[in-house]
Amino acid sequence: MKRFVLKRIGLALLSLFLLSLTIFFLIRITGDPAVLLAEPGASKADLDAIRTQFGLDRPLWVQYWSFITHALRGDFGQSFYYRTDVFELYMSRLPASLLLAAAAMAFSLLLGIPTGIIAAVRVNKWWDSAGKMFALLGLSMPSFWVGLIMILFFSVYLGWLPSSGSGTILHLVMPSIALGWVFAAYNMRLTRSSMLEVLGSEYVKLARLKGLPEALVIGKHAFKNALIPVITLAGINLVIMVNTAIVVETVFAWPGVGRLLFEGISFRDFPVVQANILMAGTMIVVTNLLVDILYAFIDPRIRFER
Amino acid sequence: MTGPLLELRHLSTHYVSARGTRVTRAVDDVSLVLDQGGTLGIVGESGSGKTTLALSLLRLLPPAARFVSGEILFEGEDLLKKSDREMRRIRGKRIAMILQDPMASLNPLFTIGDQVAEPIRVHEHASRGSAWGRALDLLKAVRIAAPESRVREYPHQLSGGMRQRIVGAIAISCEPRVLIADEPTTSLDLTIQAQYLNLLRDLQRSHNLALIFITHNLGIVAKMCDQVAVMYAGRMVEWGPVKQIYNSPAHPYTQALLESIPRLGDSRKRLTAIDGQPPDPSAPPAGCAFHPRCPKVMDRCRTEAPPEFRVADLQTSRCWLSAPGSR
Repeated sequence: MKRFVLKRIGLALLSLFLLSLTIFFLIRITGDPAVLLAEPGASKADLDAIRTQFGLDRPLWVQYWSFITHALRGDFGQSFYYRTDVFELYMSRLPASLLLAAAAMAFSLLLGIPTGIIAAVRVNKWWDSAGKMFALLGLSMPSFWVGLIMILFFSVYLGWLPSSGSGTILHLVMPSIALGWVFAAYNMRLTRSSMLEVLGSEYVKLARLKGLPEALVIGKHAFKNALIPVITLAGINLVIMVNTAIVVETVFAWPGVGRLLFEGISFRDFPVVQANILMAGTMIVVTNLLVDILYAFIDPRIRFER
Repeated sequence: MTGPLLELRHLSTHYVSARGTRVTRAVDDVSLVLDQGGTLGIVGESGSGKTTLALSLLRLLPPAARFVSGEILFEGEDLLKKSDREMRRIRGKRIAMILQDPMASLNPLFTIGDQVAEPIRVHEHASRGSAWGRALDLLKAVRIAAPESRVREYPHQLSGGMRQRIVGAIAISCEPRVLIADEPTTSLDLTIQAQYLNLLRDLQRSHNLALIFITHNLGIVAKMCDQVAVMYAGRMVEWGPVKQIYNSPAHPYTQALLESIPRLGDSRKRLTAIDGQPPDPSAPPAGCAFHPRCPKVMDRCRTEAPPEFRVADLQTSRCWLSAPGSR
């Protein structure tokens, strides 16, 4: 178990290093931030002055070295646009994003897993068809469109829910559904197929041969085995949620890191984008690590692997 | 209790395809009797309906299966008339079954102790502690070394032979009257097979179990069973005491099966194989299902399916050759 965890941590650090390289060079392809920061028609000397001010005139590898050594100490530099510490800026936006992701995750799991189980147990019956329909809608409608339609319906026509911003539970309802629906669909489909596979297994047959009540056969013997891929996917879902939250946060003017990233890219605010991506990457890597360990905790075959 | 422990009367179990167009007669008009403490071997090729017959007894068939006709009398009561709840009280408690694959039939996520104790807790409402105590005794009964530490282990930590013995322990945990073993040794290597068969026989004697042994290995039947039922394409083509059938098989299929076993000191150069393939169970040939492969086929066999004829005192055969006039 200890070796397993150490190996995973080593791999995680390597991925983060590669991510830092990628984002550092890719963001610099988007163009010159000085052009956006200077007034229109600024002279070449003015632009050069801005570049010097932010250290953009240095060779790329010097810039990368400076970025990475500072980042290791938690210093991601100053935002070009907000002129404040990027890390503080990021941390001030993070709670809102985490709240949204947690709500969307809860929505997707609470809806996806039970419907998936019912669909598998009542395969090809009414419930199964309803679940398939729900999943198909979730998978085929883009989250921004779901968001806009919900705003139109629940905010404009009915006036039940606030259309944008944050602060109350009511503000959270629509963004978390818009973000979580597609994941509820993933969870439902995965739970269904995984459950179907497990229900056909020999150990479920043996559980029935033992004369166990159906609730115990499904709730104990089948469910726990069927849950393994769903938990793995939940970790990967969090990865995707961080990415799609950019769109949903922009639609609902949700003050999270997704919107910050959107602004950072629009203004070519290199430190903001770098910090945002690297922090997102760190979270993803840590989540995957935790999922791997949790997975090992559920499944003794992995736990005892040497 | 008078009468046999288990009696099948003209049992037919068919599989119906989703659109109802294809009907597979997996078990077709099978009648047999099993007494307390008796051992019945069911032999036949793959797809001959052996496993469907066993699962019919427990009413644990796949959704596509239909009981078409017949009765399954267990201790005088028809199992086909029981409610699901009543059936659950019989499964694992009165009639137990050992599945084929020991690697797959234990749940990988629960400890051995938990899985052995489970039927005791469910059927006898025993506390966790006393059920685990019984589980420990059961592991000793199936000769698992160091049972105190094994109860806390997971299936993947045990060898195949040990897992199969655990499955055996689960089957006898509630002292059933009938134990069905579906090819319990096919995935074990030979030395372990022999040990396991001895173990099953000892358990049968100590618990006075009726044992139903499903196999395609005639050697095992000779060693273990006192009665044998030979299945072909869903039908029981021959049934009777093992010694009688091995010495004078009445049905050509049984004769062919017995000739295809290699024997020590056999002077024949080649083993005889049965020509042809077993029939497609959803489209069996007209008449006797065995006629395309039968060396003694007659005209009548191609059109008329033979009924069950009594050959000797306890021996029956579904073959026109066994008909009273033709012998």
